[in-house]
Amino acid sequence: MRKRLLLNIAKSLLLARWRQTLVAAVGVTFSITMFITLLSFMSGLNDLLDGLILNRTAHVRIYNDIKPNADQPINKSSINANGHNFIGSVKSDANRQAIYNSEAIMKAIKNDPRVLGLSPKLTAQVFFNDGSIDITGSIFGINPSEETKLYHFDEYITTGNSADLTKINNSIILGKGLADKLLVQIGDAVQITTSKGDLFQLKVVGTFQSGIKDFDNVQSYASLNTVQKILSVPNDYVTSIQVKLKDITQAPAVAKEYQQLYQTDAEDIQTANSQFETGSSIRTLISYSVGITLLIVAGFGIYNILNMMIFEKMDSIAILKATGFSGTDVKKIFIYIAVTIGIFGGLLGLLFGFGLSAIIDQIPFNTASLPTIKTYPIVYNPRFYFIGIIFSFITTYFAGWFPARKASKIDPVVIIRGK
Amino acid sequence: MNTILEAKNINKFFHDPETIQVLENINFSINKGEFVSLTGKSGCGKSTLLYVLSTMDTDYEGSLFIDGIEMPKKNEAFLAKIRNEKIGFVFQFHYLLNEFNVLKNVMLPGLKLNKYSADEVEHRAMEKLKILGIEHLALKQANHVSGGEKQRVAIARALINDPHIIMGDEPTGNLDKKNSDLVFDIFNQLSDEFNQTLLIVTHDPSFAERTHRIIKMEDGKIIS
Repeated sequence: MRKRLLLNIAKSLLLARWRQTLVAAVGVTFSITMFITLLSFMSGLNDLLDGLILNRTAHVRIYNDIKPNADQPINKSSINANGHNFIGSVKSDANRQAIYNSEAIMKAIKNDPRVLGLSPKLTAQVFFNDGSIDITGSIFGINPSEETKLYHFDEYITTGNSADLTKINNSIILGKGLADKLLVQIGDAVQITTSKGDLFQLKVVGTFQSGIKDFDNVQSYASLNTVQKILSVPNDYVTSIQVKLKDITQAPAVAKEYQQLYQTDAEDIQTANSQFETGSSIRTLISYSVGITLLIVAGFGIYNILNMMIFEKMDSIAILKATGFSGTDVKKIFIYIAVTIGIFGGLLGLLFGFGLSAIIDQIPFNTASLPTIKTYPIVYNPRFYFIGIIFSFITTYFAGWFPARKASKIDPVVIIRGK
Repeated sequence: MNTILEAKNINKFFHDPETIQVLENINFSINKGEFVSLTGKSGCGKSTLLYVLSTMDTDYEGSLFIDGIEMPKKNEAFLAKIRNEKIGFVFQFHYLLNEFNVLKNVMLPGLKLNKYSADEVEHRAMEKLKILGIEHLALKQANHVSGGEKQRVAIARALINDPHIIMGDEPTGNLDKKNSDLVFDIFNQLSDEFNQTLLIVTHDPSFAERTHRIIKMEDGKIIS
C-alpha cells in the first residue's frame, strides 16, 4: 500500500515531465542497444576467428616428436651411478615418426568416454612437379568422413567433393593456391616426387580454401591409404592421431595422461594455440568495456535530469515532507523514477539490440579466405541480454541514488519560508 | 481541558553570519479546541516559532510536547509520522502538488497515513471538500484553480487525517479581503463546529482580533 502510493507519486512526477523522461530513457535504450549489438557482433567475430583455427585443430594431438632420447644409455649403466654424466654431441632420435601400435591405441582412445572422436593422420613431404618447376608441399593422409565429422573438412572444400578421396584411387584435393600455381583443375593429374625419389601420378578431385593463404599454397589432402602407398609404408602407419574431446577444457589433462599411457608425445590445443585464447578474451574485454562506458554515460544523463527535476520540484518535495512523508519516502520516490527509466529504457534497448543484431546478421560479408561465411557473424547469447538489463538497472539505480539522497535532505522550512 | 501542544523553555539561535538569539524562553501551551493566533511584527520570530512547533525545524533548545509526547530532535522518520498524523498545515502560498488533481492532493497525506483504505480516504477527502464548499473542483488539476480555492484545498488537505492541531503560516497573507474572510470563516467554523484546535501565525490585526486567544511576540519573546 505504502509502496504503491510512492510508486504512484513517482509515476505522476515522471509523466509530468514526460519529455525529459523520454530523453533519459532514450539514452539508456541507445546504450543498451549498442551494448547488445556490440557484444553479439564481437562474439560472432570471435567465434569465427577461433573457428578458423580451433575448429580444425585437434584438441589433443598424439605424435612422435623429433627430439633426443631422454634415456641416454650411459645413464642406465652402473658406471658412475652416483655422479653426473656429461654427454657431448647428442643427436635427435627420429628413426621412427610413426606411432607404435597405432591401431590398438586408436581403439583404446575411441572407448574413452571423454572423447568425441578421433582421426588418424599421416603427413608426406613431397614435390609437386610442373614441367621444370618443383613446388615443395605436403600431403595429409586423412580419413575424409571422420575429418568432416570432427573438423568440418567439407566446409573448406570449394570445388569437388571430399568423399571422392575414398571413392577414387590415387586422388588428391589441392589447396587453392597450389592448384593455381600448378594450373590444374578437377580431373587433371598432378605428378609428385617423394623425398625418397619415387614418382606418382595423382588425380585432382577438388580444391580447398582454408582461410589461411599460406596453408593453401603448400597443402593438399589425400586418403590415408594413398599417402601410405606414396610413402610405401604398411597400412597401420600413421604419424599423428587427432583426438577431439567432448569438453575442450579437459585437453591439457588428457594430453598429459595419454603421453604417459602410450609413451608418445601429446600436445593439447591450449598449448598449441594459446594466442587465440588471448585474442578472444581481449576482444571480449574491449566490447564489455565499451558497452559499460556507454551505460555509464547514460547514467550521467539520468543523473542530470533527476537533479534538474529535483530542483524544479523543490516545492513539491517540501510539501510532501511537511505533510508527513519522511526523507526515506522522498528518496524512494526518486529512486523509483530512476529505476523505472532504467528498466523501460533497458527493455526497449534489448529489443532494439536484438533487432540491430538481426539486421547485421543479414548484411552480406564475402571474403575470399572464408568461403563458408556469407553474412556478418552474430551470436545470439541470452547472457548478453541478461547482463544488459542487470547493468541498466544498476547504473540507473546509482544515477538516481545521489539526486534522491539530495532530495531527501531538502529542508522543507528553507523552501517554505524562502518564498 | 487537555493540552494539545506545550512549549517549555524553547530557545533558538541563528549562527550565520553571527549568533543571534531569535527565540528566548518560550513557554506556553495550547488546549484542545482553542483557536489561537500568533502575532507580532515582521522578524519577531513568530514564523520561526511556528516551524519549531511544527517539528520541521529541530535546531532549538528546550522541549516540545505534542499530545503529551516529547518530540525527539533526531528521529526524522518519527517526526514525519507525527506531522502526518497529528498536524495539519496551511501555508501562505498554497503549495499544492501540480502533478495531481485537487482530490488526489487532499488524499495524499491520508494515503500516507494508511489508516483507511484508498476508497475510504477518497470518501473522506470528498467530505472535507464538501465542508469547504469546493467539492465541484475535486477532479480539476491543482494548477487550474484560483488562489482562494487553492487555499481552501490546502485546508481540506490539512484536515484529512483529523489532526490534533492545524498550523497556519500567514494563510491569508496572500489573499484578497473577500477570500481572507472566507478562510477565516472556515477556521472559525472548524473551531466552533468541530472543536478543532488551530494555531495561526498572522500579522493581520483584524484576523487576530477575531480569534479566541492572541499570543503576541516581540524580539523573540512572548509579551502577552
